Amino acid sequence: MTDLSMTPTVKNDTPLLTVEHLTMRFGGLVAVNDVSFTARNSEITAIIGPNGAGKTTLFNCITGFYSPTVGRMTLRHPDGKEFLLERMPGYRISQQASVARTFQNIRLFGGMSVLENLMVAQHNKLIKASGFSIAGLLGLPSYTNVERESVELAKYWLDRVRLLEFADWEAGNLPYGAQRRLEIARAMCTEPVMLCLDEPAAGLNPRESADLAEILTFIRDDHKTGVLLIEHDMSVVMTISDHVVVLDYGRKISDGDPHFVKNDPAVIRAYLGEEEGEELPPEIAADLPEVAKRAEEGA
Amino acid sequence: MDYFLQQLINGLSLGAIYGLIAIGYTMVYGIIGMINFAHGEIYMIGAFVALITFLALGSLGITWVPLALLVMLAASMLFTAVYGWTVERIAYRPLRSSPRLAPLISAIGMSIFLQNYVQILQGARSKPLQPILTGNLTMMDGAVSVSYVRLATIVITVALMYGFTQLITRTELGRAQRACEQDKTMAGLLGVNVDRIISLTFVMGAALAAVAGMMVLLIYGVIDFYIGFLAGVKAFTAAVLGGIGSLPGAMLGGVVIGLIEAFWSGYMGSEWKDVATFTILVLVLIFRPTGLLGRPEIEKV
Repeated sequence: MTDLSMTPTVKNDTPLLTVEHLTMRFGGLVAVNDVSFTARNSEITAIIGPNGAGKTTLFNCITGFYSPTVGRMTLRHPDGKEFLLERMPGYRISQQASVARTFQNIRLFGGMSVLENLMVAQHNKLIKASGFSIAGLLGLPSYTNVERESVELAKYWLDRVRLLEFADWEAGNLPYGAQRRLEIARAMCTEPVMLCLDEPAAGLNPRESADLAEILTFIRDDHKTGVLLIEHDMSVVMTISDHVVVLDYGRKISDGDPHFVKNDPAVIRAYLGEEEGEELPPEIAADLPEVAKRAEEGA
Repeated sequence: MDYFLQQLINGLSLGAIYGLIAIGYTMVYGIIGMINFAHGEIYMIGAFVALITFLALGSLGITWVPLALLVMLAASMLFTAVYGWTVERIAYRPLRSSPRLAPLISAIGMSIFLQNYVQILQGARSKPLQPILTGNLTMMDGAVSVSYVRLATIVITVALMYGFTQLITRTELGRAQRACEQDKTMAGLLGVNVDRIISLTFVMGAALAAVAGMMVLLIYGVIDFYIGFLAGVKAFTAAVLGGIGSLPGAMLGGVVIGLIEAFWSGYMGSEWKDVATFTILVLVLIFRPTGLLGRPEIEKV
């Protein structure tokens, strides 16, 4: 137990991502309003909520696409390094803080092969090793070794998402479900500490959703990566999440394990509307007896 | 038949030059979606750097032709690449997130600036160069004669094309470039330094244009500050004809334009050759806007 980061106590007590009082305004519209939550290593944290609840805006803040109006986001690597995400531009968040993300719509490099998509994800170490392509062109061993490792990593993830036999296909020609899995494999090839997935199960059939759940569970358990997930497919969310954060109109309305969240009245109200008959505005309520009387007289 | 062959070879060497310039247009379009109208001027600067290098070498007493040619080629590619990089850095990068019209206007401004800059520094008169690479290869009992310099143009272009294709398809740099071409945001998220890749695209395009500039200097032996305009527009026509954004398309388009010009001049007289070329541009834009090898543009959602 010399390596502290591997001990379970550290893993459970120090959150990977701490979001505090995050607010994002677009002019008069408050898309995310004073949201605080934590996400842990080796856990799947799901962010759910009705349409327009601010989930994707929250993601865009975390990955540096937007800089939040107010708030603080701290990412703590297992080795203890800390990053204040609200102060970093997007490309540094992916490169230095090792946060990978996917988008709601598929954004693969459609014209490139499946394997190449995964190689682009390892561009940084490859371009360094290749000395801006010079060592690569000459085929120096310093480069070929790194390249071999990269191909191995790519193959490992292709095998994991069951796309190994499609390695030479053009990515844009893969079936939809396979493209979704390839996006996750590509994100994992950047070797992130936190993986942010924006609706990975959108458009998948139940079988493909189950496959996805299996892949995400594997990433959590075998790679100790923190997974942050926006998802509408409740069967996926409820089976694999360790922790669910519910947003509605930009506010956090519930936070806890799936069982707790499922039974939280605030969540049920947000999803299904008021359970009891809603209270009527006073002027209409005052009119009601009269209306009833008139109806009686008429009858 | 021999006259036909003669024109064919003339057309191929001319087409190689247009193709080399067209690659710069097509690569830049592929990666940032703008037409770099200053690219013709970059080619003109390449020719001037080659000429200046030759004169400098002459004053140093280096007259061994193969060495002189190599140094000219290297110097021209290097200096012109720096020009390409600088143009991108000061005229286009600050406008990266502006509407598409802004960098286009900036490009036209850059083109005018570079023309006038060379005119002021080098004078408006055309600059002659004595033939360096002389001699002809005669075939078919002297009926067809090809100058070595035209042959060299074709050989060097083919070699450059081969190397360049390898660079784009095989190396890490090429892979990153193709990734940026498809989705810059995603490439950036995966750790690709997009700005640097765009700069390198300009550098490569400029270096290839410099080779074209030097070849024109060697073939025709005379250059002036205005050659970039017509060559640039023709190379642009070649890029559109081949399908803008497509590298093999740019080369193919260049060769087709070169052949049309050579055959038109050979059989119809040279007065109307530019009309023939630009008629092609108009016809392509009307009937096949994606060009010969271009892919139809898919609307991104």
